[in-house]
Amino acid sequence: MIEQFTTLKAVAIPLDRGNVDTDAIIPARFLKTIKRTGLGEGLFHAWRFDESGKEVPGFTLNMAPYRGGKILVTGENFGCGSSREHAVWSLMDFGIRVVIAPSFGDIFYHNGLKNGLLPVRLAADVVRGLIGRLEDSPGSMISVDLPAQTVTGPDGAGYPFDIGSFPKECLLKGLDEIALTLKHEPDITRYERERKAKSLWLFLDI
Amino acid sequence: MASIIRKIWDRHVVTERQEGLCLLYIDRHLVHEVTSPQAFEALRLAGRKVRRPLSLLAVPDHNVPTSADRLTRIEDPDSRIQIETLRENAREAGITLYDMDDIRQGIVHITGPENGLILPGITAVCGDSHTSTLGAFGAIAFGIGTSEVEHALATQTLWQTRPREMRITVTGRLGPGVSAKDVILAIIAKIGAGGGTGYAIEYAGEAVRRMSMEERLTVCNMTIEAGGRFGMVAPDETTFTYLSGRPAAPGKAQWESAVADWKTLVSDPGTSFDREESIDASHIDPQVTWGTSPEDALPVTGVVPDPAEQPDPRVRERMERAMRYMDLRPGMRLTDIPVDKVFIGSCTNARIEDLRVAAKVARGKKVADGITALVVPGSGLVKQQAEAEGLDRIFLDAGFLWRLPGCSMCLGMNPDRLNPGERCASTSNRNFEGRMGPGGRTHLMSPMMAAAAAVTGRIVDVREVM
Repeated sequence: MIEQFTTLKAVAIPLDRGNVDTDAIIPARFLKTIKRTGLGEGLFHAWRFDESGKEVPGFTLNMAPYRGGKILVTGENFGCGSSREHAVWSLMDFGIRVVIAPSFGDIFYHNGLKNGLLPVRLAADVVRGLIGRLEDSPGSMISVDLPAQTVTGPDGAGYPFDIGSFPKECLLKGLDEIALTLKHEPDITRYERERKAKSLWLFLDI
Repeated sequence: MASIIRKIWDRHVVTERQEGLCLLYIDRHLVHEVTSPQAFEALRLAGRKVRRPLSLLAVPDHNVPTSADRLTRIEDPDSRIQIETLRENAREAGITLYDMDDIRQGIVHITGPENGLILPGITAVCGDSHTSTLGAFGAIAFGIGTSEVEHALATQTLWQTRPREMRITVTGRLGPGVSAKDVILAIIAKIGAGGGTGYAIEYAGEAVRRMSMEERLTVCNMTIEAGGRFGMVAPDETTFTYLSGRPAAPGKAQWESAVADWKTLVSDPGTSFDREESIDASHIDPQVTWGTSPEDALPVTGVVPDPAEQPDPRVRERMERAMRYMDLRPGMRLTDIPVDKVFIGSCTNARIEDLRVAAKVARGKKVADGITALVVPGSGLVKQQAEAEGLDRIFLDAGFLWRLPGCSMCLGMNPDRLNPGERCASTSNRNFEGRMGPGGRTHLMSPMMAAAAAVTGRIVDVREVM
């Protein structure tokens, strides 16, 4: 279900908070679906809306210059907590394709890669600088170039980022990872045969 | 020389690409109703099959009501559909299901271990971050998203990069009134909510060796709250004794060879870790969180911290925000915080030993006026055992509600939840904003501490109530 990603230039939205957990990204009551679609409505629900359901005007995602932004720039440990992939689905449904942060919750990071939401790790001081610029000049654009592995800030300054070569290839080509793994089917079968011969108890049926 | 982490990892490598990216074989896969429906649907759409259905267990836990009439009535149609979808997917794929009317039904991370499904040296996954719990047996166990659930269903493998390795040594002995929950809260407070990011953690040291299996499960459970990829405890006699005779554990014919193998699963002396941390158990007081991250844990003897003392403006801002959300003031004593609800349950603390120590505190006392206190056993088997020991009577006589097993209030997804502004003493694992219901306020603590809060109506040092 991976959505291809190559390059993107878009309005970037600052969200200057650390440890943003996946319960905040999408509360559990929105997880009662058996589909992947339509989750954008629940995105950051408690922060975007007040108790009567009205938009909170001071929250960056609600502010006019940031509307339609596709890049989120935020604090450390973004996406920590629950493994819910709904967090990625809700960000993408809302239109976000890149999240830039100093660090990510591991599960969220990989959930992003599997769907085509690019998580970009940049140094904390670089992220702080970007957030400052985006707050000072709302509506500024950031460019992300996956083949070159660079982010270009509103002022033209470039920052390289790391990404594993396998997830990068999957993102660039929009590859079906399961199909790739199934090419290793003979290896998996051989592995099972060898382990079973040595440790039969590992193959007890539930 | 290798760590236990490395030993178990290497056993599961089917093939390895560059950059330490390994195709890891998955021995056990647990599924629940919230994170699996899209995975099964995607398999169907791609015309793929579940590769090894009998290595899986399916159990509904997040949506299930904990009220007595739940078999005949689940009011929320969306919850009902998720549970029915799990049932249908399990049936179609030939996966064992512990359904709501099965005595073994319960929170996935509690029912798995107690039925012997999790063994030393295995890999186990589940579409749930608290899968880290299962590492207590000396296993690699981690939470995954739905795309990886689908991948594991189809291939019995996952692509994973080798983790960095951290050892956390807990020296000394725990004092009275101090539990495994306090140990892990103190560890998270020390290394931070992102302190374990990228690491697999081995918990070691005298205090961990002395812990029961259930206490080790509590410690490993909250590995994810420090950002750790997975956490584990090397198996020992405690582990073997716990597993012996459990339904899915190796039987007589294979027991000896299994144990001989499991005994090799220790970090070799002199193994170096990427990072070492240690904490002295004898200096740990009962812990309580004041804020909205599990790293906000403090000794119950402490006071709410003052953001003004923080030099880093970002830290200060986060603390101020948490304080507003929690409606607390700097300098307040933690023991002056009143509570509205008490929740004893969750995959962290709903096993029989948790209920025993909580009942010991509650025995002969009354839940304070105006407080709703829930006890939610982690599984039907835990509930049955507790009732055989008369723990249900102790709780009921004291004015607690005695419920059916499920995730309950921990995540605000079923009818048990906090109302806006309500404050809860909770044995669960996350005090995030809105976690237990929009606007709800959570203070994490141990089962003993939660029971003590229930009978006094405020946060209290359990050592004064014992």
